[in-house]
Amino acid sequence: MDEKVQKAQRYWKENLTYLAILLAIWFLVSYGAGILFADALNQFRLGGFKLGFWFAQQGSIYIFVVLIFVYVYLMNRLDKKYGYDQ
Amino acid sequence: MDVKIWTYIIVGLSFALYIGIAIWSRAGSTKEFYVAGGGVSPLANGMATAADWMSAASFISMAGIISFMGYDGAVYLMGWTGGYVLLALLLAPYLRKFGKFTVPDFIGDRYYSKTARSVAVVCALLVSFTYVAGQMRGVGVVFSRFLEVDINTGVIIGMIIVLFYAVLGGMKGITYTQVAQYCVLIFAFMVPAIFISIQMTGNPIPQLGMGGQLADGSGTYLMDKLDGLSTELGFAAYTSGSKSVMDVFAITLALMVGTAGLPHVIVRFFTVKRVKDARLSAGLALLFIAILYTAAPAVSVFARTNLIETVRDRPYSEVPAWFSNWEKTGLLVFEDTNGDGRIQYVANKEQNELTIDNDIMVLANPEIANLPNWVIALVAAGGLAAALSTAAGLLLVISSSVSHDLIKKMIKPDISEKAELVAARLSAVVAVCVAGYFGINPPGFVAAVVALAFGLAAASFFPAIILGIFYKRMNKEGAVAGMVVGIALMLYYMVKYKMGWLDASVPPKEEWWFGISPEGFGSVAMLVNFAVSLVISRFTPAPPEDVQQIVEDIRLPMGAGEAVSH
Repeated sequence: MDEKVQKAQRYWKENLTYLAILLAIWFLVSYGAGILFADALNQFRLGGFKLGFWFAQQGSIYIFVVLIFVYVYLMNRLDKKYGYDQ
Repeated sequence: MDVKIWTYIIVGLSFALYIGIAIWSRAGSTKEFYVAGGGVSPLANGMATAADWMSAASFISMAGIISFMGYDGAVYLMGWTGGYVLLALLLAPYLRKFGKFTVPDFIGDRYYSKTARSVAVVCALLVSFTYVAGQMRGVGVVFSRFLEVDINTGVIIGMIIVLFYAVLGGMKGITYTQVAQYCVLIFAFMVPAIFISIQMTGNPIPQLGMGGQLADGSGTYLMDKLDGLSTELGFAAYTSGSKSVMDVFAITLALMVGTAGLPHVIVRFFTVKRVKDARLSAGLALLFIAILYTAAPAVSVFARTNLIETVRDRPYSEVPAWFSNWEKTGLLVFEDTNGDGRIQYVANKEQNELTIDNDIMVLANPEIANLPNWVIALVAAGGLAAALSTAAGLLLVISSSVSHDLIKKMIKPDISEKAELVAARLSAVVAVCVAGYFGINPPGFVAAVVALAFGLAAASFFPAIILGIFYKRMNKEGAVAGMVVGIALMLYYMVKYKMGWLDASVPPKEEWWFGISPEGFGSVAMLVNFAVSLVISRFTPAPPEDVQQIVEDIRLPMGAGEAVSH
């Protein structure tokens, strides 16, 4: 029983680490690059886009999608590692 | 064939499809009625969530609003997509594991209290009703614009259609009609976007065309051209905004967190089979949403550039046919105040002679691009699909709040399964009628409140759910106090600074707290909710052992409960 509880705790800790990393990226691309640093980034260009503007209206959305799929991949792997997959 | 006949054919076919699906997927049990039996595939759930999420406002108005806001439009683009990251990572998997039917179910069980459940029911009804009234109005507007019927007749047609498949099929019927509605709406949005992108930049992908060079061979980038045109007419450059950084930050946060707290979105993740399906379907939902949400800002840029080039200093006698067509609808209004026969479209309000409605940017696109009549009809079907799918999702939340949370869990716990299903259907009927009433007689404040439904969801549900999952020590006293204080604060700010009911008139911007607009205030109210919950819970007893066990259980994707019984 004790071992089971420990295993669950380790699983939860690893999950929280993933969440912290992914949410940090989520925050940096949207609130960072798209809002707080948008003016500074607008000095750089990506084709016809100013970079800060691109993050605010395009880039952050693409990265959101990628973040969820990375999370799905990581969690499926974690579930397998701990034998929690169905 | 003329546009009207095409519209009747395409809209008629799409309605026949929805009704056919509704008959095929009738709900036979409460489980089917509330959560579609819990066996929806991640792909179908992703599409249904996307259609549920994207309303008439996303489909028709958003691109137009952004084209007038420029950079500031990012608050909607990021705000209404970024919330899915929170949903996928912080809510959906755990709520699916918890495995009940509604959001108040979770709040009531996790906080072991009827008070908590009642507060959650009130919040769910408040959020959903404000939101659905706007949707029914949207249905009416789309009908009246394309089929040239009266708005009220449009609302009634919409009510009958929604009534039919929501009452008959419940969540099961809604889910599969939403899948069809997603296909209709995304096709209808992308076809004109692709054609216009090709015309303006030679690139068939609107998201890339937006950052490309003009097709005229000048080598000028489209965005640079638009910035130039905007400043020339006295507007702010398109790529820079006019809201303060603080306000952009707050609005984006309120919309993201509000998205993650909306009951009609959360409940969609109860319909899949396993925890891993909930995660995957959140990803697919955002992917399907992102197709429209990344194309919309491109449409904004194309339409804005097109419009300025068409009207700038042009003699009124030489405007193209689409201009005159839309003038008839009153969405474009030209007043030759200085009497020179030319159109002055400038930022200066005294000299400006042209008034443009937001919605025209999407609605007139097919004509501006000279697309065939069936495309215009397709846009009509797309707008209706977007409005109907969202209305149906909201109505289901309302009816299950009444039949499940109120009747079954609080008033009459011994109600039979069959009677509960009847109650669910009856409350759906009542909800449709109430929503239809508000659609026909919109109270003046509805339009203002719809935008704030997100603030209400952010201020009430989001903290209670997050703390319920991630903080085992959170107890009922803390959660209830947090929800009540959060939603009361949000309502107060709305009433004072949006509607101006507490003063002689709406107070000016300068009086906003921290320079944050009512639209963005949900993020402040959410933080206050978190703070109140945490402080109160420190001074009150920890939750009972069995509740702490629930928290342990929902954190694991598969049966900690089952493991014990081995």
